[in-house]
Amino acid sequence: MCLGIPGRITAIVDEDRLMAMAEVSGVRRAVNVACVAGNDLTALVGQWALIHVGFAMSLIDEDEATKTLEALRDLGEAQETLEQMARSEEALA
Amino acid sequence: MKFASEFRDPAAAKGLLAAIARKADEIGATRAKPVHIMEICGGHTHSIFRYGLDKLIHEGVEFIHGPGCPVCVLPMARVDECVEIAEQPGVIFTTFGDAMRVPGHRKSLMQAKADGADIRMVYSPLDALELARRNPDREVVFFGLGFETTTPSTALSIQQAAREGLGNFSVFCNHITVPEPIKALLDDPEMMLDGFVGPGHVSMVIGVHPYDFIAADYGKPLVVAGFEPTDLLQSVLMVLTQIAEGRAAVENQYGRVVPEHGNPVSLAAIADVYERRPSFEWRGLGEIDASGLRIRGKYAAFDAEEKFGIGYAAASRNVPEIPGCACGAVMTGKLKPTQCPQFGTGCTPEMPLGALMVSSEGACAAYWQYAGARVAAA
Amino acid sequence: MALRDKRVTMAHGGGGRAMRDLIEEVFTSVFQPPGSEDQARLMADALQVPGARLAFTTDSFVVTPLEFPGGDIGKLAVCGTVNDLAVGGARPLWLSAAFIIEEGCEVALLRRIVATMAEEAAKAGVRIVTGDTKVVERGKGDGVFITTAGIGVIAPGVDLGAARIAAGDVVIVNGVLGDHGATILAARGDLALSSDIASDCAGLGHLMQTALAAAPGIRAARDCTRGGLASALNEMAGEAGLAVEIDEAALPLRDEVRGVCEILGLDPLYLANEGRLVLFCPPDQAEAALAAMRALPEGAGSVGIGRAMAGTAGRVTMRTAFGGARIVDMLVGEQLPRIC
Repeated sequence: MCLGIPGRITAIVDEDRLMAMAEVSGVRRAVNVACVAGNDLTALVGQWALIHVGFAMSLIDEDEATKTLEALRDLGEAQETLEQMARSEEALA
Repeated sequence: MKFASEFRDPAAAKGLLAAIARKADEIGATRAKPVHIMEICGGHTHSIFRYGLDKLIHEGVEFIHGPGCPVCVLPMARVDECVEIAEQPGVIFTTFGDAMRVPGHRKSLMQAKADGADIRMVYSPLDALELARRNPDREVVFFGLGFETTTPSTALSIQQAAREGLGNFSVFCNHITVPEPIKALLDDPEMMLDGFVGPGHVSMVIGVHPYDFIAADYGKPLVVAGFEPTDLLQSVLMVLTQIAEGRAAVENQYGRVVPEHGNPVSLAAIADVYERRPSFEWRGLGEIDASGLRIRGKYAAFDAEEKFGIGYAAASRNVPEIPGCACGAVMTGKLKPTQCPQFGTGCTPEMPLGALMVSSEGACAAYWQYAGARVAAA
Repeated sequence: MALRDKRVTMAHGGGGRAMRDLIEEVFTSVFQPPGSEDQARLMADALQVPGARLAFTTDSFVVTPLEFPGGDIGKLAVCGTVNDLAVGGARPLWLSAAFIIEEGCEVALLRRIVATMAEEAAKAGVRIVTGDTKVVERGKGDGVFITTAGIGVIAPGVDLGAARIAAGDVVIVNGVLGDHGATILAARGDLALSSDIASDCAGLGHLMQTALAAAPGIRAARDCTRGGLASALNEMAGEAGLAVEIDEAALPLRDEVRGVCEILGLDPLYLANEGRLVLFCPPDQAEAALAAMRALPEGAGSVGIGRAMAGTAGRVTMRTAFGGARIVDMLVGEQLPRIC
């Protein structure tokens, strides 16, 4: 359900209709930015948004993305420590 | 691709899978006595198979594929009504590609197109609006399909049409909501779910609080999840952690996209344009109270039900589904797709009987395409 | 210049002077077929080699839009038939070209299409030796439909076929996948996508001959047109009675093609290509094949993506970059853009 992908807003193309150009991996499509527009439309340019059926539905929070990735990294490191412990236990046994 | 490929890192997945295995062992989950986790959203089902997560994950964790595919839960009678509208003279019927192959009693939209109806696939309701602007002498109908993720886009399109006075644009509204069928599933005495992976993109619109009752009233954990493979695995780990700690809460793994309270503009547009129907029929699940939306009276000029006299209330709702089709039992997690007597014999992607085989994110089609069920069926 | 019309009318199909003018000015003056008879008379020298075989194929071409980034319907019509001959190990020699033209089609467009056909034919070393035109009423065609047939010669000793594929053979493709399919989707305009991708449309005759010279053990090849790489591999695995495993991480894909697929919910393995082939090569000759292919522009992106192996006959699996595995089945119907 609900295919959505991150796209970068590159320009405002129609201020009255709240339309902007979004780019996903070099593919461009005009999208409606009503859901993410503040008072200043130009502030959207350069931001990343989740795109669904031609609408920018939610701005992507870079800090939250970083936090999620850090949690993954910590987990990976913890896993490595566990594996090292297991290896040294085997070596001692 | 930024904000996507970072969440497809195999090294991170290794850590997650190991942590999931430890947690599953801790709560005593085994192949014989697995933890049942429902991923509500068909997009998650798709990711599970696309990345082979079901094969990689600890054998004590079993995914139950939920009802979150709007095409799969669409009653046949609604497809019939789409065909009826599309076959009216002067109509351009626009739809997402997803709905084209869903069987109706008489025919699918694909077959209606071959029979001469002017049916066009669009990527966005905005494209349907544009068609209406360019074809003032034609009636352009958009098939409004989908959950809360998609609902704002049609609401905003109707508002735009109203602003422009586009009298030849209307929406055939079949929008449905997520929390209500989950409640229906939880009320089923045969229900055996231990926790939920919540739909990320629905939640970016409605926020995380509409699920509070799942934890508070039913004592089940729910974690709102993103769609990349490490998103899903991390969410499963969060569900298992809650189970291990004896907690049930609504948590948000997908914070980069999902704000706690959803998107205010989307919610306002939905509230302005739509109201709840008393009940709505779900394929395989039956009538569910307050689970569907209709267009408010003030936007009646853009309501295809009003324009064509095809009301949800107008038609008899006791339309029998196809005999032998077990979509309902599969959707509620009581049967695996391969346990349906029709799977791979009476029902294949070439000749789908049930909707779960039609939509590429239906559980049966996903089994067929990715999991090698083709051989199991042979 | 007897042809003054800007657009084709029914008169250009009527058998009279208007038709003759169209054919002479637009088609034969460019293709310069040998002789003036209604048939091509060809020297059969190439067949005089003992053991040489004749290869004969035909294909029809329809595309919307008729012109797109990286090519047009004419380029498709020449390359498509050249490639059908090439992947069978034949050296393409002669083509026929038949045009069904819709009333109202611009003459200038026809001239451009014919010019690309002549150019591609020259590049591929084939001659367009015979042809035909018909005109249909407006609304009964889609601008232009083209049917080409091709004749080529297979040298003695060359015998390609999927049944010859053996376990362990390396699967090779000659470059990034899905460019043509993604280009057409974007060029159609109804999805309002734009990008800088261009069709991969190219003749592969020289590439195939070069690969065969460097790696005579090559077992079989197919062009990955409609249905994409996935369909070609499924067909070949089925005929070989073997399983095929490909490696997602090794698949050459352009970012823009990934982007189009993510937006529309499509799988690039099923996108059409018009200048891509997949071939099976014994492992000890794979390096030689790759090196020779990479020396040509149409093979610069050649890469090994998987191998044939014992297993369920016809089963194609992909090891995902994520460490899992999934089945890559035949496409059912056509791939439709989806939102969910």
